[in-house]
Amino acid sequence: MKKAGARIYTFLIFLFLYAPIFVLIVFSFNGSETASRVVWGGFSLRWYKKLFEDRLIMEALRNTLVIAVVSAAASTVLGTMAAIGINSMKRLPRRIMMDITNFPMVNPEIVTGVSLMLLFVSAVRLFGGRSLGMGSLFAAHITFCLPYVILSVLPKLRQMDPNLYEAAQDLGCPPARAFFKVVLPEIMPGIVTGMIMAFTLSIDDFVISYFTSGTTQTLPIYIYSMTRKRISPEINALSTVLFAVVMLLLIVINVRNARDQEKGKVRRSPHL
Amino acid sequence: MKSDSKLLSAPYTVWMTIFIVLPMLLVGYFAFTDKSGSFTMENMLSVGQYSNVFLRSIWLGAVATAVSLMLGYPLAYIIAKMNARRQNVMVMLVMLPMWMNFLLRTYAWMTLLEDNGLINSALAAIGLPRIHMINTAGAVVLGMVYNYIPYMILPLYSVLTKIDRSVIEAAQDLGANSREVFFKVVVPMSMPGIISGVTMVFVPAVSTFIISKMLGGGGNLLIGDLIDMQFLGSAYNPNLGSAVSLVLMVIILICMGIMNQFDDGEAAGGGGILI
Amino acid sequence: MKNTIITLKDVTVSYDGEQVLNGFNLEIHDGEFVTLLGPSGCGKTTALRTIAGFIRPDRGDVFFYERNITNLPPHKREVNTIFQKYALFPHLNVYENIAFGMRLKGRSEKEIKQTVHEMLAKVNLTGYAHRGIGQLSGGQQQRVAIARALANEPKVLLLDEPLGALDLKLRKDMQVELKKLQQETGITFIFVTHDQEEALSMSDTVVVMDGGVIQQIGTPTDIYNEPRNAFVADFIGESNILDGIMLEDYSVKFAGHVFRCLDGGFGRNTPVDVVIRPEDIRVVEPDSTLITGDVTAVTFKGVHYEIIVDVAGFKWMIQSTECRHVGDRIGLSLTPNDIHVMKKSEYSGMFGDYSTFSDEMGEDIIASDEANALNRADATGRADSATAVAASDRANESEPEDEKEEGRADEI
Repeated sequence: MKKAGARIYTFLIFLFLYAPIFVLIVFSFNGSETASRVVWGGFSLRWYKKLFEDRLIMEALRNTLVIAVVSAAASTVLGTMAAIGINSMKRLPRRIMMDITNFPMVNPEIVTGVSLMLLFVSAVRLFGGRSLGMGSLFAAHITFCLPYVILSVLPKLRQMDPNLYEAAQDLGCPPARAFFKVVLPEIMPGIVTGMIMAFTLSIDDFVISYFTSGTTQTLPIYIYSMTRKRISPEINALSTVLFAVVMLLLIVINVRNARDQEKGKVRRSPHL
Repeated sequence: MKSDSKLLSAPYTVWMTIFIVLPMLLVGYFAFTDKSGSFTMENMLSVGQYSNVFLRSIWLGAVATAVSLMLGYPLAYIIAKMNARRQNVMVMLVMLPMWMNFLLRTYAWMTLLEDNGLINSALAAIGLPRIHMINTAGAVVLGMVYNYIPYMILPLYSVLTKIDRSVIEAAQDLGANSREVFFKVVVPMSMPGIISGVTMVFVPAVSTFIISKMLGGGGNLLIGDLIDMQFLGSAYNPNLGSAVSLVLMVIILICMGIMNQFDDGEAAGGGGILI
Repeated sequence: MKNTIITLKDVTVSYDGEQVLNGFNLEIHDGEFVTLLGPSGCGKTTALRTIAGFIRPDRGDVFFYERNITNLPPHKREVNTIFQKYALFPHLNVYENIAFGMRLKGRSEKEIKQTVHEMLAKVNLTGYAHRGIGQLSGGQQQRVAIARALANEPKVLLLDEPLGALDLKLRKDMQVELKKLQQETGITFIFVTHDQEEALSMSDTVVVMDGGVIQQIGTPTDIYNEPRNAFVADFIGESNILDGIMLEDYSVKFAGHVFRCLDGGFGRNTPVDVVIRPEDIRVVEPDSTLITGDVTAVTFKGVHYEIIVDVAGFKWMIQSTECRHVGDRIGLSLTPNDIHVMKKSEYSGMFGDYSTFSDEMGEDIIASDEANALNRADATGRADSATAVAASDRANESEPEDEKEEGRADEI
């Protein structure tokens, strides 16, 4: 009885979460001439064809990916270094650093976006230089990705046995090599998680990009400008493609995790 | 590690000073100056004219947060009780929609809720009267719940799975029936998750400007829309926009402060001001 | 004869198709201190949880006095449990933890206050009422857990390895205290442990279990002196277990010689297991006795030396206060009283030779068990992907900073 209730409830929530996405996907295959959002005109792939021919969308996509790759890489390096530094700090400075790190995560995105816009506009006014564009987008994206990298690396550093690094040196490893040989592999899972998060956050960001992009188009900004007019089902096709890619990635990651766990079990069983 | 490793965080410190601290100071500066750069209180005073916008934002944000909590808690609880393998799948399913651009998801709701949208077409097809849904406050709340409910479910799930089974058994052992176990043990113990879920839904909900624009029509102007208008919209006035942003931040800080009171004061130590 | 308070009748429990308890029968008398003793995985905790009501058996019945309580949920049973890791409510202080059960029963505030203070006094924690759970040491948490259970006035108190998490010194103190508490309150205690010393020193009755089956029930002295089979002999204390042949009553042949003994009733020429406790063997000159061997290892244990002797390929353990040296040839002397004869069982031949003896073995098993439990916990928490990390991180942010430092075994 109870179980059935739980199942129905779960189903309803997931229906709520997935119905709109399902609608988007279905209508990406709509063959209707009028590009209608509600009338079904038979199955067709025409919007997919149009999507890959649309120069503006492709350019927005390219911008988005470039920004995501650059800001994920930069924020991972900066953030990992910062996490190591913060981890070795005393209480008070660490508290201050953590407060600064947490701040952009709790501050409303729109305020972060607006404040960065003020910064870039003021900088252009004061020092000249090019107006807002790729440069300001890089800076903005790195800024909002950094806290996520730090917060995924720090717990790994804390979990790590502090004697590991010393043990490596004790065994004759010079400090820098000890770091790359011992510490880095130990915190790698946190770094990878942080980088994936940074990458996806950057790809998905609209609010902050909206205020800091000038005339440069990223995909979310392009989608936004289209929602203000009449949306072309090309966008449905695009979101379907993105959705499929993400789902594939998640499945691959999950299957790999599951397999790693299986392996772990086998390895440990002799001790049982 | 050695003391020189502290230096590794120097670039980060410089970066955050330029891109977080300085911009915030700029917001403060703009809020208290006029176009020529001289000090004025005018912006802050004129924020008062928009008190109805603020009240509407807070109200809709609060409703959306409450609905998310009501809907999300049972689901988080159900997932936390499943076996590990199914938990992983369910958590993935909760997160999956978030990977789709939120503009697109909100747009999808537009196509569902429109007067001649899918829901109304379906209603008409089975002979029921059409319902006007788009451009209402209800549609805005729906959009908020839809977009932010995963941020409620995930922290709840994460604290619920950490509750030790034996603590629940201890409560049963001492005579608590399943209702008493839930309200006297599970709910109080999941308080940190509730607080963080509420925070993570309320903050973006109260400051959104897309959802109201797409689902609320012109009649449901929110704080976010107001800020947008001052910076990139028709009413270009960054000074007023900064003042509004400043007030928004203060409101959120106050709300978080109130929220924290619910946490038994136990957790008051860590990051108190920020959550 | 005292009343029987708990009866398990033909109880069978299985997890994932694996039988943990197998036709389990047990009677527990009112006011007794009973210990369920066995290695991990023997089903002792399962038996305890079946009595508490957390496990519903596949087959069989549980009786409380004469009443069948098999299908009664835990919150309606008049038994209370002390959990392995105490399971105190972290959101409540000491006072509220102890008051929890009474609140549910709707007792008056005055009565609750009185009982809480009474209980705190009983477990030597007067003045701790308004401490938070996190501020207590392991031993103090243990006491709160006991007070919480006793405040509920249980007829039976179930203790699931309650001393396992304490260090040795504290454990010894708590053993004494628990025993005292049981005698004072007269409540029936059912105590689960894998520590044989603990079992022997505290209990009125010891139930030795393995493989979901009771191997022997008896008083501590019975169990030690008259083990029923090789498993019990090996699990309780150290033993040399040899193959022997019962020639006739009071005459047994092992190690190539015939010895007089005090056991009988096995029939003629019956293969048996012979148990000889290391402390019963006297070391003598090699030419004055039947059994002689070479010393292969000597370990100083404080009270005595542990000497391993090779007797024609079979390694004996001897505990002696006299020191011998590796390579010495010595004689082993036995009196009929030292020889205990057991029927052959499924455990015959599995124990008793000290050629691969290692002190750490037992601890190894426990350690790898714990490691496994940890791994499982880790696997459960593996739901992380990008946003879940952020979410759970946020959820944890409200922890006080210093707790974060040590306790951050987050599954991130």
